[in-house]
Amino acid sequence: MSVLVDAETRLICQGFTGKQGTFHSEQALAYGTQLVGGVTPGKGGQQHLALPVFDTVHDAVQATGATASMIYVPAAYAADAILEAADAGIGVIVCITEGIPVLDMLRVKAALAHSTSVLIGPNCPGIITPGACKIGIMPGHIHRPGRVGIVSRSGTLTYEAVFQTTAAGLGQSTCIGIGGDPIQGLDFIDCLRLFAADPATDGVILVGEIGGNAEEAAAAFIQAHMTKPVVAYIAGVTAPAGKRMGHAGAIVTGGHGTAAGKYAALEAAGVFTVHSPALMGTRMAELLAE
Amino acid sequence: MNLHEYQAKQLLQRYRLPVPRGIVVTTAAAVPTACADLGGSRWMVKAQIHAGGRGKAGGVLRVDSPAQAALDTQRLLGTQLVTHQSGAAGLPVAQVLIEEPTAMARELYLSLLVDRAAEQFVFIASAAGGMDIEAVAAATPEQIVRVAVHPATGVQPYQVRRLSFALGLNAPQSQQLAAFMVGLYELATDCDATLVEINPLVVTDDGTLLALDAKLNLDDSALYRHPELAALRDPTQEDAREALARLHDLNYISLDGNIGCMVNGAGLAMATLDLVKLHGGTPANFLDVGGGATAARVAEAFKLILSDPKVAAVLVNIFGGIVRCDLIAEGIIQAVREVAVTVPIVVRLAGTNAEQGLQLLAASDLAVLTASSLSEAADRVVAAAAQELGQ
Repeated sequence: MSVLVDAETRLICQGFTGKQGTFHSEQALAYGTQLVGGVTPGKGGQQHLALPVFDTVHDAVQATGATASMIYVPAAYAADAILEAADAGIGVIVCITEGIPVLDMLRVKAALAHSTSVLIGPNCPGIITPGACKIGIMPGHIHRPGRVGIVSRSGTLTYEAVFQTTAAGLGQSTCIGIGGDPIQGLDFIDCLRLFAADPATDGVILVGEIGGNAEEAAAAFIQAHMTKPVVAYIAGVTAPAGKRMGHAGAIVTGGHGTAAGKYAALEAAGVFTVHSPALMGTRMAELLAE
Repeated sequence: MNLHEYQAKQLLQRYRLPVPRGIVVTTAAAVPTACADLGGSRWMVKAQIHAGGRGKAGGVLRVDSPAQAALDTQRLLGTQLVTHQSGAAGLPVAQVLIEEPTAMARELYLSLLVDRAAEQFVFIASAAGGMDIEAVAAATPEQIVRVAVHPATGVQPYQVRRLSFALGLNAPQSQQLAAFMVGLYELATDCDATLVEINPLVVTDDGTLLALDAKLNLDDSALYRHPELAALRDPTQEDAREALARLHDLNYISLDGNIGCMVNGAGLAMATLDLVKLHGGTPANFLDVGGGATAARVAEAFKLILSDPKVAAVLVNIFGGIVRCDLIAEGIIQAVREVAVTVPIVVRLAGTNAEQGLQLLAASDLAVLTASSLSEAADRVVAAAAQELGQ
């Protein structure tokens, strides 16, 4: 078991024939993901990586029965690509693209309110169910099928959590990078709810960072609804106020969104926190051994 | 990206929103003409920097002669103005806004910003204008009113009524508020502004609304579609190393410590700073070399880190996902040779081709310390910095 994606997931790539799309499609195929084709407007009918290319997502869905899409189109066209995927009935839309204007995402989220599609990202590493389906830019080889669900706002910190849970012999059920933008698709609570209902997930590692109040909201949800152990790490304790720390969403404004405030909310809700990013895996191993 | 007050006010005017008449000068010699053009017998002299709190710091003055206006302008130009928001070094004043004074009856607060949780633009208004809105929100939250704008509907009349009643405006003023709300929303959505703040929005003696100050943040990710706004960037208001980093497409932020940090990924970069602190050190910078780090980028990153004289040791922390650790190792070796690095360097590599990367570093004749775990890397770099500083 897993959440959102598994060996049955039929994936297409938007921006298929571009440099990024090509590279990560090759990686997905090498991992064993069921990549069934891709979309590049104007190149419909061609073959790329021995797979069919379509002009539109609608064509791709009709011909391949695709259920998921990964988006590698440039930021200026990414909102349009997300909306096209949703309109074509894609169930899981994974947008890797960084740098989409906030206003575009406001409009996308308003449009998706009446859609059954799930959006992951943007500005994220993607989603992986180890041994079954890799959608995104994460290095597949560090993952092992296993017991821990991981949800994170940061790419490389997700890899740290993966690396540590693999080293601890726990492995991962599914890892979801929700992205570093201020306006995004799935949030922590959506993912926690999925992990809570997934029989393969015994515990969850939540990796947050400064900015916004998603971690505080997650803390309240965990306290009210989660029986599985959750280990949380928050990046940015040393981040100065008013500075955007790499991610568009990682900024402390007017005293809100600090790491200290997030840790306090999580700890008050009884969530297990670690203050060193090196301890996420070992803390989870201790909790699952109890 | 931030704009100066005068630039923000010019944008407000483009959306038919009233601001005091003003003229920007860059020399004291231009002041008497500016005063004459504005007319009257009193003027405001306002230093233009990208930070609030200018009034208390002596950057906003009321004068009653053109000679005094010129003197104050002369005194402000070329100085670093230090406010509670500017940082200890202050920000350079290269432009001064000369404005007509405003006789005000009331000071209100009005802003429009992207609310991340609501995923919408939200207006925030308060009858307690002219002061720090965060302080008002903390002390008297009942004085703050918020209304969210749905992208499909835009500003609605009931929302104007709600804010008007909350602000105690009369009917004609309520119409003026409607113009402000519609204009600000139009401005924000046209220009990709993530924050437009008018503090204070004043009710003048004759009962009309006027934007006495204006602060505007633009979405950096959207500047590509607003070249005319991107041209308004004032690099003198930004940290020199941060501006240089942007030219090389690196994400760099100056901090006050002595351990330089080079990391891939924004989250891991933040976590690395926290780890250094947790192990007793102080980070000198945030630096995300990005997912597509090449040897050349690593070399640029090293130059940037080492251009800060405070740096006593450097920690390189790379988790290879897309980026291969052996390429990073080659970049480190190349950079250390090119830049003639004299401070100790600690390298932790994990992920794709980490073994090959560590072997390359070991085989080089460079005095690079390696670490196999995050904690070990932090311990080593903190110890190395302390030794370098002779502690």
